[in-house]
Amino acid sequence: MVDRIPSGTRDVLPDEMRELRAVTDRLRSVFEAAGFGELYTPALEFEATFAVGNVGVTRPAYRMFDEQGHVLVLRSDMTIPIARVVATRYAHAEPPLRFCYFAHSYRGVRPQRGQSREFLQAGVELIGAPAPEGTAEALTVLCAALDAAGLETFRVGVGDASLYPALLDAVGVGPERHEPLLTDLVRGDFVALERDVHELALGEEEENLLVEVPRTRGGPEVLERIRAEQVREAVAGMRSVHALLDQAIAQRVIFDLGLVRSLGYYTGAVFQVYDPAHGVPIGSGGRYDDLLGRFGRRLPAVGFALNVERLHIALTGEERGRGSQGRG
Amino acid sequence: MSERRTARPGTSKLRIAVPRGALFDDTLDLLDRLGLDTRDVRGNDRRLLFEEVGIVTMRPSDVPTYVEAGAADLGITGKDVLLEQSEREVYELVDLAYGQCRMVLATVAGEDRAAEALRRLGVVRIATKYPRLAARYFLETGRQAEIVEVRGTVELAPLAGLVEGIVDLTATGATLRENGLVVREEIAHCTARLIANPVAHKLKAQAIDALLERLHAL
Repeated sequence: MVDRIPSGTRDVLPDEMRELRAVTDRLRSVFEAAGFGELYTPALEFEATFAVGNVGVTRPAYRMFDEQGHVLVLRSDMTIPIARVVATRYAHAEPPLRFCYFAHSYRGVRPQRGQSREFLQAGVELIGAPAPEGTAEALTVLCAALDAAGLETFRVGVGDASLYPALLDAVGVGPERHEPLLTDLVRGDFVALERDVHELALGEEEENLLVEVPRTRGGPEVLERIRAEQVREAVAGMRSVHALLDQAIAQRVIFDLGLVRSLGYYTGAVFQVYDPAHGVPIGSGGRYDDLLGRFGRRLPAVGFALNVERLHIALTGEERGRGSQGRG
Repeated sequence: MSERRTARPGTSKLRIAVPRGALFDDTLDLLDRLGLDTRDVRGNDRRLLFEEVGIVTMRPSDVPTYVEAGAADLGITGKDVLLEQSEREVYELVDLAYGQCRMVLATVAGEDRAAEALRRLGVVRIATKYPRLAARYFLETGRQAEIVEVRGTVELAPLAGLVEGIVDLTATGATLRENGLVVREEIAHCTARLIANPVAHKLKAQAIDALLERLHAL
């Protein structure tokens, strides 16, 4: 076995390493220039730290015992460690606090799926900056970083994690009945969603809302189109973020009322980064206004993480696309 | 390979993955009615990629693979395939209602040997082409099963004594009857589904929604 490595891990050789380094260097200069200081936290954390974070499906997959019998985990995410750092090392610092990181996280993989057990994330966390200003700042830094990396055709999907639960509440579907519907939405199973909504036996208008609202995505005009009183608050939130964005950044945004994230700690705006040159999202983020409080310092926060390997794939894909257009 | 990398930069037109096999004709009829020209696809069973009309043809079980990676924006395949490959990150947009089939548990007619094996031996042997779906079904119904994956004719396995029961897809039940098998339990009702790549669903929202509108208008 000495000649092999676990599936989902890989060796990076100099040609690729130079390209990855060039990408992260460009991202880092944008983050630093925007006031986000780079920090590093240990790859190993106590299991209890991640339990506080309630990270849902991305909870740590790798556990081990230290010499005193404590359970340690390989971090599955960088937001939780940074929440811990803020609560312990910056307990009295004046917010807002701005951090960036370039670090590997570790997640379990399903066999034969080309998933990574170890992946490099480049991200920022903006702590103590509430919506909508904080959200707009995070989106601005995100787009500036991707511009600097050389990605041209990317778009950022923006939704709100509180939108669908609020809509369900408003039509009289209590929190105890939310889970199956939210699961349908996270899985993107609109056929099951339609069936499960129908089984709730609501009025026709409510049923249409629950099915049509999460299908709604597009430019700012979709926010105008949604008149339903039940989602007024979340839609107004998205509109106020949109109003704060520069034109160039606003044009990158796709408002997506069906965007929900499987991470347990998101509370408000959620983002996902897409590029036509790659079939899977290359980054994601959102607001986590309750997470810091669980570590003892109640501050609203927002952040995003780019998957550097996927960003690199998208950059190469775009480059290839431009090359073939030139020849054609 | 540690990342999937199959997107197609710079193409705004939709590409649809079309299943060859039992769903092929109904799928092409549907695409005709949606305004796609499928004459070349019908007339040529060796060519696989029809870029000019945005169609790629493949085995039904490969459709989720292509759509998940973004090598096709949309795809049509059976719910049986989606149940078996339930971990695929694709959006399931529409139940197309054709290709009606049932996923069933069947055993040799007469006394139910599967039930007997469970009662007396504590475990039942099941042959199937849907190993993950079958394993999940027995787990969810609280029974122990040894799943035997076969590639060829599933009906043979209980007749030859390899297993006590099978989990398989049946449309009319004719093949089961001809082999002296009877349906003991219905696991799922399966039809053709329209699936989408999640990134394409956002980036090509207008084209996809326009197609859905035409579909609902049929």
